[in-house]
Amino acid sequence: MKKETSKIKEATVPGKTLELAPDIRTGRTRKTENKRLLASGMTLKEHRDDVLLRTRQTGKYNGIDTLDLKENDPIRYEKLFSKLRGGLVHSRETAKKIAASPIVEQEGELCFTLYNAAGDCVLTSTGIIIHVGTMGAAIKYMIENNWERNPGINPGDMFTTNDCSIGNVHPCDIATIVPVFWEDQLVGWVGGVTHVIDTGSVSPGSMSTGQATRFGDGYQVTCRKTGINDEPLRDWLHESQRSTRTPKYWILDERTRIAGCHMIRELVEEVIEAEGLEAYQKFAYECIEDGRRGLLNRVKAMTIPGTYRKVAFTDVPYAHPDVVTSSPFARIDTIMHAPAEITIRPEGSWKLDFEGASRWGWHSYNANQVAFTSGIWVMLTQTLVPTERINDGAYYATEFRLPKGTWMNPDDRRTGHAYAWHFLVAGWSALWRGMSQAYFSRGYLEEVNAGNGNTSNWMQGGGINQDGEVHAVNSFEPAATGTGACAIKDGLNHAAAIWNPEGDMGDIEIWEMAEPLLYLGRNVKTNSGGYGKYRGGCGFETLRMTWKATDWTMFFMGNGYMNSDWGFMGGYPSATGYRFEAHDTGLKERIEQGLPLPLGADRVPCDLEYENNISDKARVKRDQQAMTTESLFENYDLYLNYVRGGPGFGDALDREAKSVETDLNNRALLPEFAEKVYGAVISQDAKGMWHVDAEKTQARRAEVRKERIARSKPTREWMKGEREKILKKDASPQVRHMFATSFALSKKFLDDFKAFWSLPKSWDLPESELGVAVHGSKGRMDLSQMPDVKTVVLVEE
Amino acid sequence: MSAYSREQIGNMVEGKLNSDTVHRMLSMPKDPERFELYLDVLQQKVAWEDKIILPLGPHLYIVQSKATKKWVTKCSCGHEFGDYRENWKLNALIYVRETEEAMSQVYPKLMAPDTKWQVYREYCCPECGIMHDIEAPTPWYPVIHDFEPDIEAYYKEWVHLPLPERAE
Repeated sequence: MKKETSKIKEATVPGKTLELAPDIRTGRTRKTENKRLLASGMTLKEHRDDVLLRTRQTGKYNGIDTLDLKENDPIRYEKLFSKLRGGLVHSRETAKKIAASPIVEQEGELCFTLYNAAGDCVLTSTGIIIHVGTMGAAIKYMIENNWERNPGINPGDMFTTNDCSIGNVHPCDIATIVPVFWEDQLVGWVGGVTHVIDTGSVSPGSMSTGQATRFGDGYQVTCRKTGINDEPLRDWLHESQRSTRTPKYWILDERTRIAGCHMIRELVEEVIEAEGLEAYQKFAYECIEDGRRGLLNRVKAMTIPGTYRKVAFTDVPYAHPDVVTSSPFARIDTIMHAPAEITIRPEGSWKLDFEGASRWGWHSYNANQVAFTSGIWVMLTQTLVPTERINDGAYYATEFRLPKGTWMNPDDRRTGHAYAWHFLVAGWSALWRGMSQAYFSRGYLEEVNAGNGNTSNWMQGGGINQDGEVHAVNSFEPAATGTGACAIKDGLNHAAAIWNPEGDMGDIEIWEMAEPLLYLGRNVKTNSGGYGKYRGGCGFETLRMTWKATDWTMFFMGNGYMNSDWGFMGGYPSATGYRFEAHDTGLKERIEQGLPLPLGADRVPCDLEYENNISDKARVKRDQQAMTTESLFENYDLYLNYVRGGPGFGDALDREAKSVETDLNNRALLPEFAEKVYGAVISQDAKGMWHVDAEKTQARRAEVRKERIARSKPTREWMKGEREKILKKDASPQVRHMFATSFALSKKFLDDFKAFWSLPKSWDLPESELGVAVHGSKGRMDLSQMPDVKTVVLVEE
Repeated sequence: MSAYSREQIGNMVEGKLNSDTVHRMLSMPKDPERFELYLDVLQQKVAWEDKIILPLGPHLYIVQSKATKKWVTKCSCGHEFGDYRENWKLNALIYVRETEEAMSQVYPKLMAPDTKWQVYREYCCPECGIMHDIEAPTPWYPVIHDFEPDIEAYYKEWVHLPLPERAE
């Protein structure tokens, strides 16, 4: 390929034209040579505008009315599809072996995607396919901001981006983007992304907490040209490696991305050589229209027209002393709010509307609009479109409405995004329930999923590791979260993550090599899955002991005070998170003396089993503050990494007695809750095995149903009391703050709220009356207000 | 295209499908005739004679009243929650877990939400006590009207079935 590239560079350029551009030194207009990259003679921007116009005018991608290639030569179409798609997957599998980072090599946190010249995704590999959209947004940003003229786009170039303000999820997802040329024409782009271990943010590990803004999120580059002639530039190599705590992993991740991109570029050249440029170009646009139609067909084949409303929340507990932030206005408790309304119309089109979402905040859990919308495809490929035929056609088939100023579409260029996943996973759990309502009502029970578990705790930290090197930890164990229950079976235990369905928990031996933390246990997390006729999958927990580190810190990242998922159709949400850490444990002495150690599971958190096997002088933190910033860890200190379970489906009293028995014996359920929630009548034999008496259980369940009726009241009666609380503004500061930020952004949400509770016209809840810092409630500045910046807007705002 | 027998759909409803069939259902294109079979299976399960129009949950249905031809939301036990366009939850019984003590009945300490942040609202049938739904919102949150199906479009344009008569 290198030989080809140099040949192309020397070739004559038939599209060469003159263009007016201002002289950067004098400001005077001057004539400059500008190579046109497309055979049409258009600029990339003109081409993209054309594609968008034709799409808008016709409702079909690029105005494609007939799928000529597919309909006239279906075998050729499928061959093209299979060859390119297979090549993308193959490149991912091959390239990931270059990486040393267990995040990439073990967990598969990488993805490669092929785009057409307009920056729309044609095909993607497996992996973290949220980046179908994020890398596409970066390409579109380059197109809109005339990268063609400066810094120029040439064969052999490489661009690197991780800028969250133009679409990236969080800065640790680094993307390499390579233009693909055929002769002198740009025919598309290849993007490759890996999740790196560290991005040099305020604290080690790539998804830091505590910073109030982007300026603490770490090193960010905006579609920067970082390589020419297929070679990374030396200034980039020097600067980028010293901007991260983990340069060894950083550089190997970069080589992974470059190798994958170049493999795919070569594949595209082979395909063009074999099939001809015209056929390839036809395919690169037709495939997207095919994808658009495919999604609409699936909506009609699997759902029911109508309106679906669901909501999700997550906690931002920043008033706690263990969240150390240098920004006083960030030290408040608040709640993130994601109301989702799905409208499926009779003709099969659909709209996802998040009117009423809370405002972005002074934390690192905000999300760019593209991160939010593109992430939805990760979810939908696990349910509505579980095929390899996912591309930007799905985006063009969907109307998104993300009100500007919300946490999923911030209107301020300062917002932090390092741990956007804290709420993205929660926001999507509402969509699962909406889609699952449709599947259930239609009879496709096998597709029902009560929701996705909260993919936390994220164990992070760093310092000087066991090899004497500056190091950071970003554990990817939550890639094996418990999954939601189905309408015909239980969720899977410690199985998958919403953001990467192929992930797993990784091997202990590999994590111990990567981190100065020994495993003292790795067990199923008892009682972590939501109860139901079918229960959510349980999460798992690992107890880690700091070992051979020189200087070390750790912190917790997860939900604690709230669930981000709900149960479904009578099932319970999964258990919430909590933290356990212990210092001055005396474990060194206990090991020397052969005394019992805190091994295995923290089965019942309030039983304090671990505390019974460490020094009574140990300093222990065991509470629901599951979100913290760095705290010091000495060798022999302990950290519990509890990965959450999934939500349950259906009334728990409908669960088969035998299944309750199995749960008890598999330590998926505590006996106390087998009795209280499942109404099971249980006993334990001499060997310790649990038994459930089915007949007695049936009788007991009849009593439990009566007890339910006795303790409940009519909803409308209860509403009167709740209304009184609202009139008195009787709620915690975090609840009031959440509502106040949603009300300030959405008159409709406020009006609907007041109408539901029959509140007086004068009732309001301005942030100014809450007694907390109101930074951001009035003064905000969007990225689009910066000079010489054209932002790419891909949703209705 | 896959097709399934009434027995298989019956087994699906009961959670008794073998894993091969589940895998086939998940991996193959959907069978458009499923809805009719599903309704038939569900109709056989309930003790009343009102026609099931759309299942909403394992024990909750939109039905056409045999006597009045009105469409109502109905529990498997026979209790009716009112017009199908209304939010049935408003006509249900509710129990709100809004104290630590109430939460401790369903999860161990530290594994349940803090009720200053989140509560559980458990909606059950006033007659049989079946749990139809559990919401997990913040205090103050309006009762969510989860689903307003466009049944007419669904029957006429999507599954091409005769629309049951509806009296106002």
